[in-house]
Amino acid sequence: MNDAGKPPKSDWDAAILAARIFAVDPCGTGICVRARPGPQRDEWLAMLRRLLNGQPCRKMPLGITDDRLLGGLDLSMTLAAGRPVAERGLLADTDGGALVIPSAERLAPGLAARISSVHDLGEVRLERDGLAQRLPARFGLILLDEGLPDEAPPSASLLDRTAMQVDLAQIRSGWDGESIPPDDIAAASARLRHVTASDDAIMAICQASLELGIASIRAALLAIKVARIAAALDGRGAVNEADLAIAGQLVLAWRATALPRESGEDEAPEQQSEDDASSDPPEDESQTPVPDELTEMVLDATRAALPPDLLALLATRRAAAGKARSFGQSGVKQRSLARGRRIGTMPGDPRGGGRLDLVATLRGAAPWQRIRSRNMADLPRSAERAGVLQIRASDFRMVRFVRQTETLTIFAVDASGSLALNRMAEAKGAVESLLAECYVRRDQVAMLVFGGKKSDLALPPTRSLVRAKRSLSGLPAGGGTPLASGIDAALGLAQAARGKGQTPLIVLLTDGRANIARDGRAGRQTARDDAIASARILRASGVKTLLIDTSPRPDPRAEELAGCMGAIYLALPYLNSGALSSAVKQARIP
Amino acid sequence: MPIAFPFSAIVSQEEMKQALLIAAVDANVGGVLVFGDRGTGKSTAIRGLAALLPEIDVTAGCPCNCDPRGDRTQCLESCRKRAAENSDAVARISVPVIDLPLGATEDRIVGALDLERALTRGEKAFEPGLLARANRGFLYIDEVNLLDDHLVDLLLDAAASGENVVEREGLSIRHPARFVLVGSGNPEEGELRPQLLDRFGLSVEIKTPQDIPTRVDVVRRRDAFERDPAGFVKQWAAQDKRLRDAIASARDRLPAIEVPEATLERAAELCVAVGTDGLRGELSLIRAARALACLQGGDAVGETHLKQVAPSALRHRLRRDPLDEAGSTVRIERVLAEVFTS
Repeated sequence: MNDAGKPPKSDWDAAILAARIFAVDPCGTGICVRARPGPQRDEWLAMLRRLLNGQPCRKMPLGITDDRLLGGLDLSMTLAAGRPVAERGLLADTDGGALVIPSAERLAPGLAARISSVHDLGEVRLERDGLAQRLPARFGLILLDEGLPDEAPPSASLLDRTAMQVDLAQIRSGWDGESIPPDDIAAASARLRHVTASDDAIMAICQASLELGIASIRAALLAIKVARIAAALDGRGAVNEADLAIAGQLVLAWRATALPRESGEDEAPEQQSEDDASSDPPEDESQTPVPDELTEMVLDATRAALPPDLLALLATRRAAAGKARSFGQSGVKQRSLARGRRIGTMPGDPRGGGRLDLVATLRGAAPWQRIRSRNMADLPRSAERAGVLQIRASDFRMVRFVRQTETLTIFAVDASGSLALNRMAEAKGAVESLLAECYVRRDQVAMLVFGGKKSDLALPPTRSLVRAKRSLSGLPAGGGTPLASGIDAALGLAQAARGKGQTPLIVLLTDGRANIARDGRAGRQTARDDAIASARILRASGVKTLLIDTSPRPDPRAEELAGCMGAIYLALPYLNSGALSSAVKQARIP
Repeated sequence: MPIAFPFSAIVSQEEMKQALLIAAVDANVGGVLVFGDRGTGKSTAIRGLAALLPEIDVTAGCPCNCDPRGDRTQCLESCRKRAAENSDAVARISVPVIDLPLGATEDRIVGALDLERALTRGEKAFEPGLLARANRGFLYIDEVNLLDDHLVDLLLDAAASGENVVEREGLSIRHPARFVLVGSGNPEEGELRPQLLDRFGLSVEIKTPQDIPTRVDVVRRRDAFERDPAGFVKQWAAQDKRLRDAIASARDRLPAIEVPEATLERAAELCVAVGTDGLRGELSLIRAARALACLQGGDAVGETHLKQVAPSALRHRLRRDPLDEAGSTVRIERVLAEVFTS
């Protein structure tokens, strides 16, 4: 079934063609597979393994550690041999084959960066555990993306280096099991070096990728690569139109961020005329984005492969990306919190539940080996132990961590009518100067707004100051003061932050004139009582709080409230930004 | 070792190339940071630079690449001893460009007890790390914004003092570690700590070119390189050699070039207008302008040189106004326009 010369018609055809293209040059291509775990995906992976014909195809666990990924000291061998023995990592083991990354959308950014830098270099540069090595690692990426609509796409740096995407989600029937002769692949990879792409072809791919709103140049490079491989699979020495159509379909379509302008022509790629690729060269080499015939052809092929609801899909994916970025980060933070930041090692006992630093332990034991083995030799029946490392309890070195303490400053802003009348602008100014402070300290900020009948999370915890400022300037004001529910919401956010290991700080800006009770009904007295009750709960929780009184003259009600919640009380009329920031600094001291 | 893409074949990205060449001429300029979009050739350029660097004399066998005619009293014990006995050979190597890969451990960066010798022979020997190998050369960190904080601290300390102090595992060792720190990264993956940002002499923002001819050129050259790396390198050898010669002659001229009073004043004016903290910005501005003047074959450092290097030298020293949504490039250009029209 040598159909490389024709663009694939169905998803299965595309998936098979992508696998064959991948097998010709794993390192230069890569595939992102969108599919739920299931028989289709398993069948496809099995086919890929057959195509790779003995080249390694290794699955990477998501929680892989650096010593398994890149390589490090082999513990058991080192202890047995009495000298350092290096262990190869997964990336070096995958040289020449495929690295399969399951649930690629959940990969930590640090891990993705390590994989992409090794992928770029084609070798592992190991500088770990006293070992300095260079090991070839030219592997191709197979990213398994479960493609759930509300999950973020896989790491952008890996996706950028992945040529093709195949979608197995829509496929119902299985593959018919037709086998592909592996010599087909071998012949194509031998021929690949001599396959050329004309300048017109390169021009067409570049223009098409710009039309489709694809920013990265890697996309165009990968498209040319895929077109060349398609030509090699078809036994030709030059890239032709059909190869470019394949590249458009497999490489460009899924990267599109814009719909290309409609052409007047028929869009079905099957009806393209079989012209020679090098027919008429484009007259104008200028920047005019008027696509020539070849570009139009690539665009047509790509258009056919575009998901029908591209724009809607883009919007949801982008939203998910934003959301999951913050999720991902908090995950990373949590993990590093569980261990904290490594600051060195100290002698200790591994039974205490800490983490043993193997290399430091070996280094600690190393100077004593001669003396110990001499002493051991004096003892009976220990001759056979010669050559075995002698490690004593005093050699154990434990890793020391410091816990990363990150502050989340929660601004709870009273946006009620009374405040709006009074000093909304000043309050905003105060928040702005505090935001700048938070930026310097790299704190996270969140903003709650309460007004009318309820409180809203105007800004979920973020580090982006620009976003914070934007949500501040768009702050609505008016309505009653649901002080109690404002305090409750701030406390809820603070406790969630604590759960993530952050230190919360609440900055409450209000004039203290509550008039909406917790149940949403108006009434000064109940509202006041509810607010006091919430304030007491806040005090009991021990979250540091700062109350900034925004009324024109310091209001005893606000001061009383501050007393109830154990907050530092500041009256805005007497406040300049310096006093404000020093108050926050004071409040941050644990 | 895979073949590197030739530096001179990199399309456009003039500011990045200029900054790297300046660092190649004058190591005292204080390092280069390249921050920007994916797939713009950041690491390609830096790896390509390695091929352009001139050769230097080093003491054979010294892990720190000591200058045989230089002061070696600060070097490792073995090197000092041989210096005293006057018993070593001189070797010539290209200025080293050392990669600091992500996932590198502390012991390999600063150096540590040689485990092999300690375990097998019971000797307490120092195994030099990457900082020793980078002495008198370049230390390159890809994805510098993802480097662990404690490693960043080690680097900052060494870069600031020019020497590496090791106090661990019963070793007490110091050796010179003067290197040009080159970092690259993508801001989408995390911001750089302000302390680290401040240590780079030059900072470049890099963007994907959006015009078709440039993009076609990039793809065409890259495609040609991938089909036949050796042939492609040969094709660009003449251009690379021209650059290499330019760097070598600029390095020779560097001590002699003149910086007129007027230029110094202009530089000070610029820094005041930008509002930089401390003198580091002014120093790297002057040094970069001087190196550029040497590269371009001028006799004295003039305003044109200042103008060309000012964005790179001052961009990251603008007082951070987190609420200003304009990028630093826009703001620095605004300041430049003001100062140079007055």
